[in-house]
Amino acid sequence: MKLVEKNQIMDQDAMRRAVTRIAHEIIEKNKGTEGLVLVGIRRRGVPLAVRLQAKINEIEGINLPLGVLDITLYRDDLTTLDHQPVVHRTEVPFGIQGKKVVLVDDVLYTGRTARAALDAIIDLGRPQQIQLAVLVDRGHRELPIRADYVGKNLPTSSKEVVSVRVMEIDQEDRVVLNEISD
Amino acid sequence: MWKRKDLLGIKELSADEINQILDQAVPMKDIIKRDIKKVPTLRGKSVINLFYEPSTRTRTSFELAGKYLSADTVNIAVSTSSVVKGETLIDTGKTIDVMGADIVVIRHQASGAPHLLAKHIKAKVINAGDGAHEHPTQALLDLFTIKEAKGAFEGLTVTILGDILHSRVARSNIWGLSKLGAKVRVAGPSTLMPPGIKEWGVEVYHRVEEALEGADVVNVLRLQLERQQKGLFPTIREYARQWGLNARRVALAKPGALVLHPGPMNRGVEISPDVADGLQSLITEQVTNGVAVRMAILYLMSGGGVADVPR
Repeated sequence: MKLVEKNQIMDQDAMRRAVTRIAHEIIEKNKGTEGLVLVGIRRRGVPLAVRLQAKINEIEGINLPLGVLDITLYRDDLTTLDHQPVVHRTEVPFGIQGKKVVLVDDVLYTGRTARAALDAIIDLGRPQQIQLAVLVDRGHRELPIRADYVGKNLPTSSKEVVSVRVMEIDQEDRVVLNEISD
Repeated sequence: MWKRKDLLGIKELSADEINQILDQAVPMKDIIKRDIKKVPTLRGKSVINLFYEPSTRTRTSFELAGKYLSADTVNIAVSTSSVVKGETLIDTGKTIDVMGADIVVIRHQASGAPHLLAKHIKAKVINAGDGAHEHPTQALLDLFTIKEAKGAFEGLTVTILGDILHSRVARSNIWGLSKLGAKVRVAGPSTLMPPGIKEWGVEVYHRVEEALEGADVVNVLRLQLERQQKGLFPTIREYARQWGLNARRVALAKPGALVLHPGPMNRGVEISPDVADGLQSLITEQVTNGVAVRMAILYLMSGGGVADVPR
């Protein structure tokens, strides 16, 4: 299986603007920042959550608590995989009881990652609300899950792969649409 | 990537495989500290504990490790099983196998029993101690405890103290520590040293003071009173006086040296109570780490079978 780059969906500026807009939407929808916490889903949800935290701080002057969620142990496809994926640490160093948790991920696709993240969060406590923020929603849901905040809606075919590349991990900020070629 | 069907000993593992287990135990330990100590990962998998020898911590540790990962765990107490009617190990194993066991954890008084079982059943086999041969999960939890406290193994000197001859813990530890780059010393009465120990790549000491000098870690072995033949050492009191780890002797090791013991302890024999309960002792931490390491092993060994699915 090989990936061939088809076209660029977002550049650095577009990503920055999307994060800025989502930050505003989070504040608007929640009427401020009271009780809000951010939780990034490993891996690329984490740097996006960090950016949202900085942006919200810029706007409201409040630094929201930020956690990191590893959902590996909650995946529903472990028995169908060739080998076990590496488990990383979940680091949510604050109580989420009664909080409004904003889950942050890079791409929303089948909804299975979000489903796993919901289970993982609920095992840490009982939040008042869980919201979902994603940079790209590419459709093809297999579960009844939707995002509250979307950077970009992107119609795709199932032969395509959306790759969000972030400075912190990939040394560049851009979103690319790749195609699987055999 | 974990490729093995079974976990039978440390000797056949590579440093990479050992490190993979130690790395996976870190997030597992976080789960043990949560309010809700359960993740759904091994839902629908079964783990059978088949123990031919007494055990509290290893069996409970495997049982809890399985339960925290949502596996169904079953304990077979051999003294109340068909084994007392004369059933062979292989027949018992095959019976468990066809009931749908995914992983069998076995402890047996005979060296090599887990290897024999592994050859005859489809379920994956974990050695939880076979005779005086190996106790891989104990060594892995000792390694995890050392790594957690010291960060790395290169440049560390670890002294294993006591009854080396009867100790599967010593053997597994020696292989593991050497593979990860630590220097290993062994010390104990010459009657409790296995023949040919010098060829294992360890330094052999016959005086406890010399063995402890400058050590970073002291792993004290249990004097296995149930396995002793007569005449290996004069009396238990004599052993305690000559080889027991006490505060005065701990002071010979490096400042802040770690004290480990696989348990159960003979307090006042191989280790004095003040050392066992002292600030340098990580003995209770070892027990917690044992659950984390066994969770990591169960997780890694439960990899599925079909092709990799792109996400």
